[in-house]
Amino acid sequence: MTTTARAAADELAPPPQREVPRGLVWVWRDSWTEALRHLRAVPRNPDLLIFATIQPIMFVLLFNYVFGGAIDVPGYDSYTQYLMPGVFAQTVLFGSAFTGIGVAEDMTKGIIDRLRSLPMYQPSVLVGRTLSDICRNIFTFVVMFIVGYIVGFRIGGSISAAIGATLLLLGFSYAFSWVQALIGLSVKSVEAANSAGFIWMFPLTFVSSAFVSTASMPQWLQTFADWNPFTKLTNAARALYTGSDPGADLWIAIAWAIGITVVFSFLAARKYSRTSR
Amino acid sequence: MNAVEVEGLEKRFGDTEALRGVDLTVEKATVLGLLGPNGAGKTTTVRILTTLLKADAGRATVDGIDVASDPRRVRARIGLTGQYAAVDERLTGFESLEHVGRLFHLSTREARARATELLERFDLTDAGGRVVKGYSGGMRRRLDIAMSLVSRPTVLFLDEPTTGLDPRSRLGMWDLIEELVAEGTTTLLTTQYLDEAERLADDIVVIDHGTVIAKGTADELKGQIGGDRLEVTVGRPDELARTAELLRDRCAVTGAEHVDVEARTVTIAASETHKIVPDVVRLLDDAGIEVLDVVVRRPTLDDVFLQLTGHAADGDADEGGDR
Repeated sequence: MTTTARAAADELAPPPQREVPRGLVWVWRDSWTEALRHLRAVPRNPDLLIFATIQPIMFVLLFNYVFGGAIDVPGYDSYTQYLMPGVFAQTVLFGSAFTGIGVAEDMTKGIIDRLRSLPMYQPSVLVGRTLSDICRNIFTFVVMFIVGYIVGFRIGGSISAAIGATLLLLGFSYAFSWVQALIGLSVKSVEAANSAGFIWMFPLTFVSSAFVSTASMPQWLQTFADWNPFTKLTNAARALYTGSDPGADLWIAIAWAIGITVVFSFLAARKYSRTSR
Repeated sequence: MNAVEVEGLEKRFGDTEALRGVDLTVEKATVLGLLGPNGAGKTTTVRILTTLLKADAGRATVDGIDVASDPRRVRARIGLTGQYAAVDERLTGFESLEHVGRLFHLSTREARARATELLERFDLTDAGGRVVKGYSGGMRRRLDIAMSLVSRPTVLFLDEPTTGLDPRSRLGMWDLIEELVAEGTTTLLTTQYLDEAERLADDIVVIDHGTVIAKGTADELKGQIGGDRLEVTVGRPDELARTAELLRDRCAVTGAEHVDVEARTVTIAASETHKIVPDVVRLLDDAGIEVLDVVVRRPTLDDVFLQLTGHAADGDADEGGDR
C-alpha cells in the first residue's frame, strides 16, 4: 500500500459531514437503512424464506381439512369461509415473533455496539427491524391468500373492504412486532426470545373466535375469548372479507392496534436506550 | 484543545468499581496507548468515551464535546472498533461499509464511493462482494476498522485491535494502524501488550484496578522501571537467595529483584546490559552456583506491573470490570 497516494486521495474526497441532521425525514431514512440491512439478507437465507412460505400453506391446509369436516359454525354454510380470516390473522400474528428473535440476535452480537456509536436516530434499530418484518409478513400473507383461494375461500364483499381487512391484519401484526421487540430486548438469548415470543400467542389466538364460535366454550373461557383483542380482530376481518357489517369490532380492533403500537414502541425504545451490554 | 480530555471518571458495576477516577488526555494527531491487564478498566473507559456507557462521575470530552450531554454530536466525530468484530455476517463487505455510510447520512452515491475506496485501501476489493460470514478473522478485523473510518473520524478508538489475531495478522494490523497514524488520525488504542503500545503509541497510560498508575512515553516508562530485564535460572532452589544478592550487587539498580521459586529464576532490572551475560555467568560460577540459563530481555507488561504495583499483570483478572 502506498500511503502518500492514498492520503492524497483522501484529501480530494468531499469533506466529512460532522453535524447530525434531525427531524422526521432522518428518522425515516435511518429506519429504512436499518430495514434494508435485514431485507438484503433475506434472499441469502433461503431456509427462512422457505419456512415463511411453508408455514402459511401448512396452516391453511391443516385447519381446513383436519378440522373442517368436524366443525360447524352457526351462520356459516362453509367452514372455510369462517376459518380463513382466522388462519390469516393467526399466521401474521405468529410472524411478529420474528421481530423478537431478530432483535435478540442483534443484541447478542457486536453489531449493536457499532450502531450505538453511530450518529443515527437510535430507535431506528427497532423501527428498521419491525419494518423489515412487516415486509416478510406481506409476503406470507400473499402466499396464504392464494392457498386460501385454492381451497375455496372467496371474498364476499367489496374489494376495498377486503383490502381494509388485510391492512387491519398487517397493522395488528405490526403492533405485536413491538411487543415482541420488547421481549427480544428483555431476554438474554435468541432461544429465550423464541420461546418467550411464541408461548403466549397460543392461548391468545386459540381462545378466540378464530377457529370456533366462542359460544361453544365454557362460560369462563367464553368471557375471556369475547374480550380478547384477537377475537375483535378476527371478527372485524371476517366481516370485511365476507361482506357483512363489522360494527364496533372494527373500531375496537383498530384502537387495540394503535394502542399496542404506541405503548409498546415507547417501552421498547426506552428499554433499548437503557440496555447496554 | 485536546482531542480527548478525561477527568475523574468513575464507574461501578454492582459491587465492582471498574473505574476509580481516571484522568487522561489525547493530543490531536497523536496516539495514546491505554495499557493494562484484563479487568483494569480499559474497555469501560473506551465505552464511556464512545457514548456506549454513562459514567457515574467525572467528565469526558471528545473534540471539545461532552460525551454525556451531547452523545449524538460526539458520535458524528468518532470511529470505534471494539474487541469483537461489529459486523453483520449476512451482508457483504461492500454493503457493510455502505450501510455505515448511510447511517452517517452520506448520500447513496457518496456512501458507495467511500465503500469502494475503503475496500481498496484495506485490500478487501476482491472480497467486497462476498458475505462477511465467509471472511477470516483478519479480514473481519480489517473490515471492522474500515467501517470505523467511513466518516473520517476526528478520533479513532481501537479496543484491543490485535487480541485474538494470529501473529501474522497481528503484524499486518500494526502496519495498518501505523499508516492511519501517519495520516494524522488521532487514535486511542487499548492493549494488554507493552510491545504493541511501544510500537504504536506516542504516549502510554497504564491503568490497573480502575486507576491510572503511570503515564509517559514508552522510554519514560521503561526508565521508570529500570530498563531491560536480566533473568537467571539456577539449578537448586536454595541457591536463589544468594543469586539474588549477587545480582543486586552486580546490577546496582533501584528496583528490587523478583524471585520465582517454582521456575528457580531470579529477574532483575539491568540498565547497563553490555557484557552482562558473561559477567554474570563468571560471577555465579565463582560463587559455586549452578547456572542453567541467563537471558537478557526487554521488559514486558508483567515487569511494568511488578514494578509499579507489586503484583503480576494477570494476577487479578477475575475482577470482571473489563466490560
